Amino acid sequence: MSDPETFAAGPASELDGREDHAPGDAPSEDAGYWVHNANFGLALSVLLTAGAFAVVRSDLVWGPAIPVALLVLAIAQMGVQLVFFLHITTGPDNTNNVLALAFGLLVTFLIVVGSIWIMDHLNHNMMPMQQLMQMQP
Amino acid sequence: MSGDALPAARETLRRRGEDPHRLGHRAHGREAVAGTGRGGSGPASKRIVVGYGFWIFLLSDVILFACFFATFAVQRDATAGGPTMRALVDMPRVAAETGALLLSSYACGLSYAAANARNKLWTQVLLVLTGLLGLAFVAMELQEFVGLAGRGIVPQRSGFLTAFFGLVGLHGLHVTLGGVWLATMVAQVQFKGFRPEIMHRLTCFNLFWHALDIVWIGIFSIVYLMGASA
Repeated sequence: MSDPETFAAGPASELDGREDHAPGDAPSEDAGYWVHNANFGLALSVLLTAGAFAVVRSDLVWGPAIPVALLVLAIAQMGVQLVFFLHITTGPDNTNNVLALAFGLLVTFLIVVGSIWIMDHLNHNMMPMQQLMQMQP
Repeated sequence: MSGDALPAARETLRRRGEDPHRLGHRAHGREAVAGTGRGGSGPASKRIVVGYGFWIFLLSDVILFACFFATFAVQRDATAGGPTMRALVDMPRVAAETGALLLSSYACGLSYAAANARNKLWTQVLLVLTGLLGLAFVAMELQEFVGLAGRGIVPQRSGFLTAFFGLVGLHGLHVTLGGVWLATMVAQVQFKGFRPEIMHRLTCFNLFWHALDIVWIGIFSIVYLMGASA
């Protein structure tokens, strides 16, 4: 069994294929595999980006649905980049990374949706500023 | 399989036959596996711990951006009679910025593949390319901000503009500081070579740069494109 600190000593002993992977790390496949991987990720990202700009520029999508279409394309592209650039996969060697990501997404979701929800309700339920001013003694 | 193999070895071989790619649960204890970080065989290697720790930092950074996104969403209509998002968007510039950052992220990924193959020349060429594309992005964004300020569109104008400059500016600041980090990485690869700790730093930088591109996807979709279509 090799000492963990010798993994980075050379290309051959790079990584033990059985070890957990850090996010973004490139497990022991050869460089060509990772270049191919990045090419695929770039192609998909370019397609999704061009799609997002096309949705806004053309009449392809019904007006009120454009924000939803943009959100879908953005989330899809984030997923593509997580898989092809950051090498986050669903394999068992990635469980820790995926769990951390899931928690981060939960907090992100709570902050964004919670803020919009609460502030929207406040706007709805608050007396208009004009009336509020008139009530002041 | 020969009958005189030790029981533990036989068990290992049996597992390997059933699950060659180790997609199932991995053995604990008896089977010697370099630390998986799950307590079965000691701590994970430094490479994994450093990458994972940086991943946690990045997620906290994403949460910071989430706060700015939430502020923007809430302040979106608080224009105080000033310009709306529609008046701010310059489509060709946003497209160019997006392209520069995406290609920069791609070049960074390739440089990491080159680093893993221990190819110094390609690592450096691609890292410099990453930096130049990042610099182009920051330059375009600065030019945009200066242009807006020239039209009297400044953060003090309205709550909406504060949120806009805060969110986009925070991302720009990240890219700028990432560029400084990148310059030090080029120097470190040049003079120290692919030592383990340099590889750890390259892993972290790679993660950071890709994460910035992911945040930019949110910005160009939600801030610019949605603003232009609203």
